[in-house]
Amino acid sequence: MSALFILIGISILVAGSFLIAFLWSVRNGQYEDDYTPSIRILFDNTAEPTKTEPSTKPLIQTK
Amino acid sequence: MDNISFCCEGCKQVYLLLNENNLCVYYNFEKAPGIKAKGKFVTGKFAYLDDAEIIQKLVQFTSDTQTNVSFQLPQMHCSSCVFLLENLHQIEPGIIKSITNFQRKEVFIIFDPLKISLRKVVELLAFIGYEPFIRLQDSFEKPTISFNKKELYHIGVAGFCFSNIMMLSFPEYFSAGNIEQAGLKATFAWLNLSLSLPVLFFSASGIFISAWKGMRQKFLNIDVPLALAILVTFGRSYYEIISGQGAGWLDSGTGIVFFMLIGRWFQNKTYDSFSFDRDYKSYFPLGVTKLMNGKEINIPVTQLAKGDCIIIRNEEMVPADAILDQGEANVDYSFVSGESKPVAKKTGDLIYAGGKQCGSSIRLLVVKEASQSYITQLWNNDIFKRKKNIATSFIHPWSKYFTAALFLVAITTGIYWAFVDSSKILPSVTAVLIVACPCSLLLSTTFTYGNMLRIFGKNKLYLKNAGVIESLAKINTIVFDKTGTITQNEFAKVFYEGTTLTNYEIAIIKLATGQSAHPLSRTINNFLSSYHSTVGLTLEYFKEYAGKGLSAVVDGVIVKIGSGNFVNQLSCQTIFDGSGAYIHILLDGVYKGFFVISNQYREGINIAINNLKENKYELLMLSGDNDAEKKIIEKLFASKNNILFNQSPQDKLNTIKKLQDQNKKVLMLGDGLNDAGALMQSDVGIAVSDHSAQFSPACDAIIDGSKIGVIHALLAYARTGKKIVAASFALSIVYNIIGLSFAVKGTLSPIVAAILMPTSSISIVLLVTFLSSLCARGLSKASKNESLSA
Repeated sequence: MSALFILIGISILVAGSFLIAFLWSVRNGQYEDDYTPSIRILFDNTAEPTKTEPSTKPLIQTK
Repeated sequence: MDNISFCCEGCKQVYLLLNENNLCVYYNFEKAPGIKAKGKFVTGKFAYLDDAEIIQKLVQFTSDTQTNVSFQLPQMHCSSCVFLLENLHQIEPGIIKSITNFQRKEVFIIFDPLKISLRKVVELLAFIGYEPFIRLQDSFEKPTISFNKKELYHIGVAGFCFSNIMMLSFPEYFSAGNIEQAGLKATFAWLNLSLSLPVLFFSASGIFISAWKGMRQKFLNIDVPLALAILVTFGRSYYEIISGQGAGWLDSGTGIVFFMLIGRWFQNKTYDSFSFDRDYKSYFPLGVTKLMNGKEINIPVTQLAKGDCIIIRNEEMVPADAILDQGEANVDYSFVSGESKPVAKKTGDLIYAGGKQCGSSIRLLVVKEASQSYITQLWNNDIFKRKKNIATSFIHPWSKYFTAALFLVAITTGIYWAFVDSSKILPSVTAVLIVACPCSLLLSTTFTYGNMLRIFGKNKLYLKNAGVIESLAKINTIVFDKTGTITQNEFAKVFYEGTTLTNYEIAIIKLATGQSAHPLSRTINNFLSSYHSTVGLTLEYFKEYAGKGLSAVVDGVIVKIGSGNFVNQLSCQTIFDGSGAYIHILLDGVYKGFFVISNQYREGINIAINNLKENKYELLMLSGDNDAEKKIIEKLFASKNNILFNQSPQDKLNTIKKLQDQNKKVLMLGDGLNDAGALMQSDVGIAVSDHSAQFSPACDAIIDGSKIGVIHALLAYARTGKKIVAASFALSIVYNIIGLSFAVKGTLSPIVAAILMPTSSISIVLLVTFLSSLCARGLSKASKNESLSA
């Protein structure tokens, strides 16, 4: 029977971890903007190389 | 140039900048992205952003290495915009990071103040076409986000506790209260008790606060019986668990809180990118160039004093009433009156605040401070100091009756059992209070209006909150503004059909029409203005025939311009059916052709007005313009009464007030700043906006200009909403009667409550969502007919 008590404890722990995950995501601001991330995912990294490649353009040289 | 064509130099500059920084992916997301760059970019425009005081007001955080600032970018409209704005750091190394929020149309920028100034950041944004909307009010931070977060925390905790309590209550229900295993029953009960505590003390706190506030104002709002139901449910459950008598009603109790919180959240979702609380400060610039001892300095508008000499450049707004001192002023008052034709001013003329200079720089002498100007004085009216009485959490008048009825039933039950079986008083009375929870009543309104709010939004009527629907349903008088509301802001479209006219002939027509004050003549005259100069032509004779046309002799040529009948008895008639006007031209007895002036009135406005009249709405029109178009308007409204011209902003406000004193519920539709007072005073003020980027004065709702033609359908839908709420009320009363019939007998078991409570809530939510979506089909039909007839 004690198995039941343990299982209840585990079930609440599991549910509790989901609650914590939810609270964390709210705190993290994931619900503030529920639209822009869906656009952001469309951008592939074609623009990224400019960051890594040594560029000749003066505008990009930061240091 | 890679074989790419550009609409203008501005767009080309943007392309060059992007190309240089390998950001041309920008052009892959959408077919023709970008905003038409305004071309001429005045460098001095943002000079005020060098002022330390203004910088301090605008930035959110600053240190030696980074400055955080948020801007509203009304031009943001597509995924390309997001891409470009989030890659600002590739264009300008001083920018560390930029994050957009598409729905709020905001960009959050972190930049290095040592490498780039705030002014440079703003100038970069303006250069690529996203001129930030910078307001005087920006110093006050909006606390809305943290509030929403709190709401979500409440819902999350309540949902977690409710679902776990429900799970732990199942054994109790399935075993009919006889769990054989020793200690298990008590374990479940005590676990439930501890799980319910966060709901009672954390999640439900908003309900208790609202109920307490209502009681303090001696107003029995619907949160009072709700708070009471929660307290009684939890109280009785705790008593039963602690005394070991039973398992209590904690699943129902936490369920009430959970469903109520969801309902509220659903209803209160608002449109982030719209601002409904703007006053003149939102329109006015932050800084202005002042001339002091022959030097130009930038000062904040608030420091502007009487007698100051200021410089206003092209496209800049006059921040205070001032006298023209030097230069050629061509003032566009569209912000103030909605009238888009610029007005020429001479030296010594008074220019009102809110006018925009079109042309070269001018020098002005300030006669009044910004806050004392003609247009801003309107905001000194008391109406802007009190808040409109639309509560965000919905309170229905029926809630009073519900509360009263509930207490009556509870007391009667108590008295009955006092005579029959006094041991049943407490169980039955508490059961009444538990089961007759106003939950389903509240859910029906919150979900009906919440869903309607979204449907209105889809139809481009954006309401400030759900309370506005209720007010819309009560409207019986509608006041229209003319320019920008029933007419379009742009000039009427004109085209010519017939024999090609020579430059000489055009000049003759231009001179002849220039003599007439008739709006159609004026429109043709304006249309021809870019053609030929009339210099050298003499007007020998001119006569106007009201409602027909004009005849004139110019340079010996006999000119007849007017309706088909007037010109030469052709079968063609002047059509003014709402689609446009046909103006025929006869020169020296020869028929040349006709001008078509397509209607500058909004599509479908005549259908809407007729429909509103059929539905017994009282219609008024208040215009700040002169009465040149009186006849057309009278025809449109099919009435001579209630059409007023030359109305000042204060006049408009007073007219609305007068109507309200006659116990009328007034809807005001207007756009310009001159309607701001009327929009505020009216029961529902709807601002008309042609572009989402256009700013609208303080109001209860914003409507897209193209939807004015279906305003009757929108109002009808608001009235339908009331019926849906009534229908769902009836259903919830049925549930209440079922529950109460158990409760008064003292036989309400936790399992009945546990079944009844979620069933009633969910079925009502489904019903109202279904009904409100179903009724919206009529609305989309109206919009479709609208576009077909157009």
